Amino acid sequence: MTIKIDVDMSLCQHYGQCVFEAPEVFTLNADDKLEYVAEADESLRHNVEAAVDVCPMQAIRIVE
Amino acid sequence: MTDPVVIVGAAMGGLRTAESLRRAGYAGPIQMIGEELHAPYNRPPLSKDVLASAVTHDAVAFPPRAETADVEWMLGARATSVDLTAHTVTTDDDAVTPYTALVIATGLRPRRLDFPTQVGRHAVRTLDDAMALRDELVRGARVVVIGSGFLGCELAATATKLGCTVTVVTPSVEPMVRPLGAMLSHDLRLRLEAEGVTFVLGATVAGLDDGVVLADGTAIPADVVIEAIGSDCNSEWLADSGLDLSDGVLADNALRAVTIDGTAHDDVYVVGDIARFPNPMFDDVARRVEHWNIPTDTGRRAGTVLGAALGGDLAAAVAVPFTPMPSFWSNQFDLKLQAYGLPGLGDPDDVRILEGALGGDVAVGYYRDDRLVGVVGVGLKAALLPYRQQIATGVRPGA
Ligand SMILES: Cc1cc2nc3c(=O)[nH]c(=O)nc-3n(C[C@H](O)[C@H](O)[C@H](O)COP(=O)(O)OP(=O)(O)OC[C@H]3O[C@@H](n4cnc5c(N)ncnc54)[C@H](O)[C@@H]3O)c2cc1C
Ligand code: SF4
Repeated sequence: MTIKIDVDMSLCQHYGQCVFEAPEVFTLNADDKLEYVAEADESLRHNVEAAVDVCPMQAIRIVE
Repeated sequence: MTDPVVIVGAAMGGLRTAESLRRAGYAGPIQMIGEELHAPYNRPPLSKDVLASAVTHDAVAFPPRAETADVEWMLGARATSVDLTAHTVTTDDDAVTPYTALVIATGLRPRRLDFPTQVGRHAVRTLDDAMALRDELVRGARVVVIGSGFLGCELAATATKLGCTVTVVTPSVEPMVRPLGAMLSHDLRLRLEAEGVTFVLGATVAGLDDGVVLADGTAIPADVVIEAIGSDCNSEWLADSGLDLSDGVLADNALRAVTIDGTAHDDVYVVGDIARFPNPMFDDVARRVEHWNIPTDTGRRAGTVLGAALGGDLAAAVAVPFTPMPSFWSNQFDLKLQAYGLPGLGDPDDVRILEGALGGDVAVGYYRDDRLVGVVGVGLKAALLPYRQQIATGVRPGA
């Protein structure tokens, strides 16, 4: 089972709060840009939900 | 049937507590009592992008989660008193709700100036507040913002972007000076002035009458007056509870509410802006922190501890220290501020530029006894993260 992750890049301000909650999924590259994997194992759901919670722009969504 | 866990205050802190309680394995009833009619929503956009476009509940609502689908909502009801011995909460419709455990999540309300005039006065805390203000922020409107904290400066920036003529009136020497210190707040004022905001510093408001009248007699005409002078805690409903209400509601590091004589209740928890709790990341002083990450972090903590308590393993959960990293951001025009830690704790004489330079992208460090306790970045992102770690651990990675 996998979960699908969507970040609205028009909202994202690349602060990287999500990186602390789910480093397996979200990273900030050297140019201050967010990179993320669009599909992750179900076991990471909890961490990704935590990332959803801490995103100041509310830019992250788990696509059900 | 067992009595529910009752959460008073149906906003971010309350919601996160309910979610975390479910994750901790609690499957019993949860009841949310909230004065606002809206399901929980995100407040920060109400002074920023959402205020600049269209203010709707959809634009700010928190997405509902499956695990809390069976929470019972009592919206439009205000708690008026609590009986910690009988385990009941009374609401303004005279209903008495029994509880197994109580979560206090009633947050803050804007402090208001004590003047009789009501016309054209606004404050922004709720969705309804922002809707009412949005209608009046029309091109050409003369707006006076009273107060120059983050909220006042954001509202000034948004109103200016909407075509209003904006004056900020404040008793402070610089805007946002308390959290940011003299050096950075001065720099930010120059940048906000360059965007068209007028500041009247060191000024006291003596009256409201077709605008704002200052103590020295100056009258500033205004169509819209926004009061952003700080907040008061919604703790009146706890008045007879015996809890320590000296500033918000005192809690221990497990977020259990503490009484005036220093006893922590295992079945009463405090979360969000109203919680005054010690954070061992800094010291053992209990403080309230009005930052957006706090309702989420405290909600998770309280839900975890309470879930463990209801499952019979309180001691183990309490033994895990709770050290949330305060984090704050603010957008004003193109200025993007991001803060970690508690800059206000630093020694005023030990503020250092860590990266960049004033006037442009910059990171400023705030030190207490030579230890970094806060960092504020303007325009910087990844560059702040090593400092964030330094605040938490005392050591900067790669340094
Ligand atoms: C306009 C605005 C912009 C902000 N911007 C930022 C930002 O950019 N960055 C940042 O870090 N933080 C920001 N904040 C702060 C952040 O939004 C707060 O920290 C957060 O909302 C606090 O959540 P809370 O759940 O603790 O309390 P609140 O959001 O205050 O919720 C408390 C709830 O309890 C209800 N209530 C009160 N009394 C009772 C009662 N007796 N009975 C029943 N219900 C009751 C209230 O109606 C309310 O719904 C901003 C706040 C505002 C208002
Ligand atoms: S927390 Fe949100 S805004 Fe920040 S980088 Fe992650 S997705 Fe973008």
